[in-house]
Amino acid sequence: MRDFSYLRADSVEAARNAAALPGAMLLAGGTTLIDLAKCGVAEPATVIDISHIEGLNAIDVTADRALIGALAKMSHVADHAEVKSLFPAVSEALWQAASAQLRNMATIGGNLMQRTRCPYFRDPANFPACNKRELGSGCSAIGGVTRGHAVLGVSEACIATYPGDLAVALVAFDAEVDLGERRLKVEDFFLAPGATAEQEHDIRPGEVITAIEIPGSAAARRSTYIKVRDRQSYEFAAASAAVGLELEGDGRTVRDIRVALGGVATKPWRARAVEDALKGKALDEATIREASELAMQGAVDHGANHYKIALAPRVIARAILKLGETA
Amino acid sequence: MTVHDVKHAASDSARLEAVGGRLSRVDGPAKITGAARYAVEQQLEGLAHAVLVDSTIAAGKVVSIETQAAKAARGVIAVLTPDTIMKLSVASDWFGNPLAPQRTFCPLARDVTYCGQHIAVVIAETFEQAVSAAALVMADYDQAPALVELGDGTAGEIISIEGMTKEWGNAQAALAEAPVHLSAVYNTQRSAHAAIEPHGLIARWEGDRLTIWEPSQWLDGMARTYAEWFGIPFENVRLVSPYIGGGFGSKALALAHSAVAAAAAKMLGRPVKLMLTRSQNFTSYGGRATTRQTIDLGADKAGRIQSIIHRGVSEVSLEGMWVEAVGSITSIMYDTPNFSSRQDVVRLNTVLPNPKRAPGENPSAFGIECAIDELAHELGLDPLEIRLINYAEQDPHAKKAWSTRQLREAFAVGAEAFGWAKRSPAPRSMRAGHQLIGWGVAAGAYPVQRAHGEAVVKIMFDGSVEVESSSIDMGQGTYTILAQTAAETLGVPVSQVSVKLGDSHFARAGVTGGSRLAGIMTGAVHKAASQALDELIGLALSDPRLPFHGLQANTLAVKDGRIGSPRGDGPELSIAELMAAVGRDRIEAKGDTLPAGTTAEERYKNYTTIAMSIPHTEGDYSRHSWCAHFVEVKVDEDFGTVRVSRVVSALDSGRLYNPKLAESQWKGGIIMGIGEALLEEGIVDRRHGRIVNSNFADYMLPTNADIPDIQTISVGIPDPHSSALGGKGVGELGIVGVAPAIANAVFHATGKRVRDLPITLEKLRDGAEARERGCE
Ligand SMILES: Cc1cc2nc3c(=O)[nH]c(=O)nc-3n(C[C@H](O)[C@H](O)[C@H](O)COP(=O)(O)OP(=O)(O)OC[C@H]3O[C@@H](n4cnc5c(N)ncnc54)[C@H](O)[C@@H]3O)c2cc1C
Ligand code: SF4
Repeated sequence: MRDFSYLRADSVEAARNAAALPGAMLLAGGTTLIDLAKCGVAEPATVIDISHIEGLNAIDVTADRALIGALAKMSHVADHAEVKSLFPAVSEALWQAASAQLRNMATIGGNLMQRTRCPYFRDPANFPACNKRELGSGCSAIGGVTRGHAVLGVSEACIATYPGDLAVALVAFDAEVDLGERRLKVEDFFLAPGATAEQEHDIRPGEVITAIEIPGSAAARRSTYIKVRDRQSYEFAAASAAVGLELEGDGRTVRDIRVALGGVATKPWRARAVEDALKGKALDEATIREASELAMQGAVDHGANHYKIALAPRVIARAILKLGETA
Repeated sequence: MTVHDVKHAASDSARLEAVGGRLSRVDGPAKITGAARYAVEQQLEGLAHAVLVDSTIAAGKVVSIETQAAKAARGVIAVLTPDTIMKLSVASDWFGNPLAPQRTFCPLARDVTYCGQHIAVVIAETFEQAVSAAALVMADYDQAPALVELGDGTAGEIISIEGMTKEWGNAQAALAEAPVHLSAVYNTQRSAHAAIEPHGLIARWEGDRLTIWEPSQWLDGMARTYAEWFGIPFENVRLVSPYIGGGFGSKALALAHSAVAAAAAKMLGRPVKLMLTRSQNFTSYGGRATTRQTIDLGADKAGRIQSIIHRGVSEVSLEGMWVEAVGSITSIMYDTPNFSSRQDVVRLNTVLPNPKRAPGENPSAFGIECAIDELAHELGLDPLEIRLINYAEQDPHAKKAWSTRQLREAFAVGAEAFGWAKRSPAPRSMRAGHQLIGWGVAAGAYPVQRAHGEAVVKIMFDGSVEVESSSIDMGQGTYTILAQTAAETLGVPVSQVSVKLGDSHFARAGVTGGSRLAGIMTGAVHKAASQALDELIGLALSDPRLPFHGLQANTLAVKDGRIGSPRGDGPELSIAELMAAVGRDRIEAKGDTLPAGTTAEERYKNYTTIAMSIPHTEGDYSRHSWCAHFVEVKVDEDFGTVRVSRVVSALDSGRLYNPKLAESQWKGGIIMGIGEALLEEGIVDRRHGRIVNSNFADYMLPTNADIPDIQTISVGIPDPHSSALGGKGVGELGIVGVAPAIANAVFHATGKRVRDLPITLEKLRDGAEARERGCE
């Protein structure tokens, strides 16, 4: 922890200007930022408190789309009646994230910006090598404790798992993130490590997330989020799946399906191979299980996280089966 | 000093207040309202703040420490290193044995033997300044190879603990001859105490008198350590520990960080506060050691055990000694004509492990109670039946009668309440949708640990009563049961009794560990209160001014705070009236349970070491608490996730001084057992020797959502051989046997036997081999 200056922004404009300062970091709910500052990972020169900006916490949902302000609290979105009825996977992902206390503090914008839980990333004093903190310093995780690390989207630079839940549901339903000048698909907003592990988000100095927008769809209306972990609550996913399903009039044939994975990849991971394999097919358990395996194409494990390769398809399959049952 | 005035909490009902009544915790309201002030919340003038710098290697030498930048930082008063911190004398061990050969003790390490060892300390005006400056201290190391994991227990320096060998009959020969065999290896993980209140202290010197505010399970033992470190008389150290936010065995010793704070306070001439960070609470002192045990069982076809061969090993640090005695209850659970058990420890680059709730007994139960379940399965016997077939009618090792052993009753009552008779025997034969359901049983035991205690009881001029003891309450209810004991003995309502604990200047007490405190202290308070009562009655009878004088009675009785004839006829006075009439402001009695003729030195030893503990097999009896846990689990067939859905436990802790508090202790133990069975593990990076999940997000303690309804049933009867009032141990018993009951239930649910704790999901998924957790 080092000294920093504190600035309070009362408008998005002011926040953008301040965010362009070198070493500036935004403060919303603070549950990630303060945590990382205590670990010695985040060392902001200036902290810009955006939590008082008016109007950024609105939640506006119609059949066509959900528009969620960046300062909306996780708990409010999770409990929002229309989010629950029109985007159940989004609500369920939020309910199963973190703890009640954290959800009451944390914002949607901050949630998209949360960092990996890779223990090596979070402990600079003991593990100086981490490409995500300092590109070129190496990766302490490879060869170390990897039970929680990713099997999809990994590179030689970094194998850290994207830990969040909400973004997995957002990616499944083609949500977009509003950065003011730019608007990106959430799927593109998150960057797999490749050779540049230190850059996790496509966000530039001076940009502020103002809102996310999720298009409405039949698949979003019939959706669910299943999160698997050893502890019943308050744990990041060993594997999770956001799935949405739209069936033809026969009640069996898949018209549209969305599948995204959490807990197993370096970013919220859309499993299009599974979607493609099931579109137009009549659903039965064997077909579902077989198609779900396709999500793991190209998976690479580092020993202790090997179990994720078998686990994740089962999570997908169970989510689809659950949606099929609720026809 | 802390006073609990029971007035605010007590109910009128005499039944509640009597020993054995379900009185609520008298310290509860203070804790719930925030009025309870914990040791390190003490506000002192001129307090300086210390933050430790820890080694980032597991083995080697600190070559140099760069402190310039830290010293120059704002608010910094001093940066101390192994070269500059004052040297202390080496304190004696738990038993009071001096620890040769080192002459001095440097609380900051130059020779690093584990990762996270303290190598420097920064003291500043504020906590934030100290944190910020500590990050500027840079160390240079000469790193050496380190061994950080127990593995299969064959690498590293292995030491045999000869004193733990138990042998009778001819175990090898009997095993060879037995028609049925079972051989298995059981591993238990390193786990943390994870008390919510972190370790830490405030140290203040006034001349050569030292006051320490520090959460403590053993004021007199820790005061002795401080006195020896600084070479000052024991009486010059005052330790204050009014409340403890969880200890579980970790807060019985003054540790290296304690010495650092006290030394810094002395060097700077200022009071110093030092709190361990959450992460340091995983690295600065040890939790439960990793263990590994091999069990070979030989039985006849009817399931009667013919031989048990047990080999155990636990990890220990390079310096110091702690044995996690995995054979501790292997020898007493079942009747066997032939037995052999041995224990080794392996020295690793780890911090010295500590006792954690039921040290030894807990992992010990995981071995033997899983093994017997495996044997039952092999023979097609019900797991309950095989335990009854091999029921030990006496202590098979000590060859002595049990003082009391209500284990048969525990099996019967627990099975009935659980509905065990409806269990379908085959593994994988019970399910609900995707959930495989399993029912498991396991037993547990904990020895009755005894020692002597002392207490002061004062009857005051206004009829109120004060009890004083340097024992402590870490949530288990000492304040409450001592109030109940004094009230019952003296015949006053609990609302007239205040209990003062947690100050080493009070009447002395030994360690609060081994579930011994309640038995010792109720005995001591009972004795002191009886003496005070005798004096009160003597005064009443002998003073010619009082109405009792002419009665020619040889005794009087006190009831509801009023003194009169035992039959309740004749004159009556309140205690306050009596005290006023005889002109006394107090009657004070110090009572102890030590034998007559105990010397001052023996007394000191009794309270400040564990050398005078009385063996549980002393005299004609073998004394233990007993329990049986019945557990239902649901295992997801796709995911391998285990959820405990039902627990029924029947427990024999003898007489309960307060059943409400005892049930809370048992349930706390069972919850901790669920954590160790399914979730908790200090995961070590094999290359660096560092625990990588040293925080409460990544170290998995059970949450409320992980804990089902737990039903506890007392099957105990008063045990006159175990304590003055008939109680046996409560606090540790509950955890013993929980992990094997869960593992046995998981086997019943899935058909898969997991012998390595914790039982995490990857160990259970079908098809995929269970890969080692941790490093690749
Ligand atoms: C113990 C623990 C467990 C958790 N478990 C889970 C879990 O199971 N699932 C899960 O999904 N999450 C989990 N989280 C993460 C949690 O959801 C995030 O910490 C939270 O959502 C962050 O929101 P915040 O408002 O507190 O962000 P802050 O801490 O205020 O900010 C986080 C980051 O985002 C930036 N930022 C904030 N707002 C904006 C904006 N509008 N535009 C641009 N940048 C911005 C900040 O500069 C900062 O870098 C957990 C966190 C903790 C500490
Ligand atoms: S996995 Fe990524 S975040 Fe973790 S140590 Fe390696 S580079 Fe750093």
